[in-house]
Amino acid sequence: MALPDALIRELRGALAEDRVRTGAVELDLYKRDAANIVGEAGVVCFPLTTDEVRACVLAARRHGVAFVARGSGTGLAGGATPLDGSVVIVLTKMNRVLSVDVENRSAWVEPGVLNLDLTRHVTPFGLHFAPDPSSQQSCSIGGNVANNSGGPHCLADGVTSAHVLGMEVVLPDGTVTTFAGEAPEADGYDLRGVFVGSEGMFGIATKVCVRLTQNPPGVRTMLLDFTRVDDGAATVSAIIAAGMVPAALEMMDQLCVRAVEEYIHAGLPVDAAAVLLVEVVGLPHGLASDVERVSEIGLAHGARTIRIAQDEAERALLWKGRKTAFGAIARIKPNYYLHDTVVPRRKLTEVLRQVYEIAERHELLVMNVFHAGDGNLHPLLVFDGRDEGVWERVHHAGEEIVRVSVAAGGVLSGEHGIGLEKRDYMPMMFDPPSLAAQAALRDAFDPDGLANPRKVLPSPAACGDFQHVPEGAWI
Amino acid sequence: MDLTTFAADVGTDGPVEITGLGTRGGSRSARRPGARVVRAPWGIDWFQPDEMTVCCGAGTPVAELAAALAEHRQTVALPPGGTVGGALAVGHSSVLALGHGPIRDVLLQARYVSAAGEVVTAGGPTVKNVSGFDLCRLLVGSHGSLGLLGEVILRTRPMPAAAGWYAGPYDPFEVMRRLYRPAAVLWDGTTTWARLEGHPRDLADQALASGLREVDEGPEVPSGGRWAIAPSQVASVAERGVRFLAEVGVGIVHLSEPVPASWQPALDLAIVALEARIKSAFDPTDRFGPRHGADPAH
Repeated sequence: MALPDALIRELRGALAEDRVRTGAVELDLYKRDAANIVGEAGVVCFPLTTDEVRACVLAARRHGVAFVARGSGTGLAGGATPLDGSVVIVLTKMNRVLSVDVENRSAWVEPGVLNLDLTRHVTPFGLHFAPDPSSQQSCSIGGNVANNSGGPHCLADGVTSAHVLGMEVVLPDGTVTTFAGEAPEADGYDLRGVFVGSEGMFGIATKVCVRLTQNPPGVRTMLLDFTRVDDGAATVSAIIAAGMVPAALEMMDQLCVRAVEEYIHAGLPVDAAAVLLVEVVGLPHGLASDVERVSEIGLAHGARTIRIAQDEAERALLWKGRKTAFGAIARIKPNYYLHDTVVPRRKLTEVLRQVYEIAERHELLVMNVFHAGDGNLHPLLVFDGRDEGVWERVHHAGEEIVRVSVAAGGVLSGEHGIGLEKRDYMPMMFDPPSLAAQAALRDAFDPDGLANPRKVLPSPAACGDFQHVPEGAWI
Repeated sequence: MDLTTFAADVGTDGPVEITGLGTRGGSRSARRPGARVVRAPWGIDWFQPDEMTVCCGAGTPVAELAAALAEHRQTVALPPGGTVGGALAVGHSSVLALGHGPIRDVLLQARYVSAAGEVVTAGGPTVKNVSGFDLCRLLVGSHGSLGLLGEVILRTRPMPAAAGWYAGPYDPFEVMRRLYRPAAVLWDGTTTWARLEGHPRDLADQALASGLREVDEGPEVPSGGRWAIAPSQVASVAERGVRFLAEVGVGIVHLSEPVPASWQPALDLAIVALEARIKSAFDPTDRFGPRHGADPAH
């Protein structure tokens, strides 16, 4: 859909000629995020200030055109995929850390600041930003806010919502306002809280106030390996039941360990059925006690070996294994599809077994590398996209994985969000009144429905026009 | 938990007010003429210690919940007293928010009765969940103005191996710098208190490092007013000539008197308009009353 020339002129007038792009290369680059879903960008804008973001929103509104905010485009659910020639508002050039309050451990940042850059910025003060998605080298704080992103270290410290104190936003009608800030629990609805995770449908954050976390005085990273996946899962539950909340509790299955080991040569036990990465942090005595108790629990549940990283280099190597898993699998097959569901910890074994069975039935390879501590599964379906009919099998398998997770008392997504990918699965978890409540909230923020439309919420039955993800949009 | 009876109590029309134990400034009888008074279901539905989640009726007393969790050496970051639903509806964290996190992060899933008399599910049963918009955050602190909490699933936390209050006549910010993740640092302008939790020997070391000495109990918390400010402004409270206890690093200041109106930030009209749209979307005929209805002092 071609956008009106007048809209492009207005955008160029408000920003600058070279920051409002309509070239084929840009439109192609910004028609999708990291999900396997292709949309259609109408124009791509690179604002530098809140005023410029506001101008983009107002211009789009004047022409009745939808707009989509976008950070680094690392989202895995198609949340930043523009549909039908939307105005894409790219926030990567708004990437300054505006202020840091070291004493009270908070900072104001622009949305385009990269997650890891924020942590690097505050490292000299002994602080870090706790949410650490695997994409933290490239994902932006604005994207973290939009998706309420998680990461391995969110087990103990909570996901993004727990680390965002407030934000300046451009509302869908162009109004600029601020939700909360350093002052906690001020009177009024927790608009900050509902904005986090609203996937760009409640407006655009132009400044974010983040909570920073003290770096721990000590860290111990342990690798436990098991000859049965069940034993690894039972160890996870037993650690939590014993009253410990490790900083991270991550699991990889055999196929994944093998792929990673071939890739980085960290000395991982390739004959193990499952490997558990446990990280505990804190003060010396508590740390020593936690290491001892985790070891005891592991051994009691059949851990074959327990490797404790002896120095920072070894710790980094163990983590590299976990964080490069996605790179490693590229050596096996050219394509992968990553799922993200959560199940109660006690159902991990049962659901994993179902995941293996689903993959086998659809003739797909599956690898599991996931946040075991909070039951957040990440089955990776690995395949060659050139194979006849393989995408269809991948989608059927994916839907079945989501179904068994929800049936086990779990949820659709732990950290990737709903976007387009899981929009039509929402009724698996929410009945019509519950979906209507979410739609009502969206309408209160955006009565005209121009901010990133057609994401998250399945089209209401009332419209009588059920919109599937566009045919052929999946690649 | 079956919410059919509760939903029927709330019904589909007419003003309704919910009551708990009346401990947070709420009334146990109707404030608005003609309003019916309802109570949420109570009792613990299930508790999964190895999931660190518990499901209970919103009318369950916080003390009863705490006692059940304590049997498995767990706790929940709710302020003491009253009912679970009342604590969530008011949305004020306990004084341990610095270490235990705010109350808004406790609620994982809520099943509430809407103004249309329907049972609505917000959030999900697992600790980690980003499925759909975060209606739970909207409900916490909403004073029951958008829907009436029936059943909630809460995130619990393990009890520490040891915990204690420590105090001394020191600068609270210096104390903050010297401690690793205290559960609370409180300051009344003269004395600084810290709540330390963890391994007993770490507690002793932390006390030594900060110069604080163990005391039998924490300070008395003034209950006249609760003022929310940026933590960077806390140091200036001492100049205002009022009796106070400040939550350092958090920004909540407890006062012995109500917060003077002139101390409150000016209303942002964009926020007022947005809140009115939300209220109208959830409760178009104002069955549940205004958000501030529970306690004018707050």
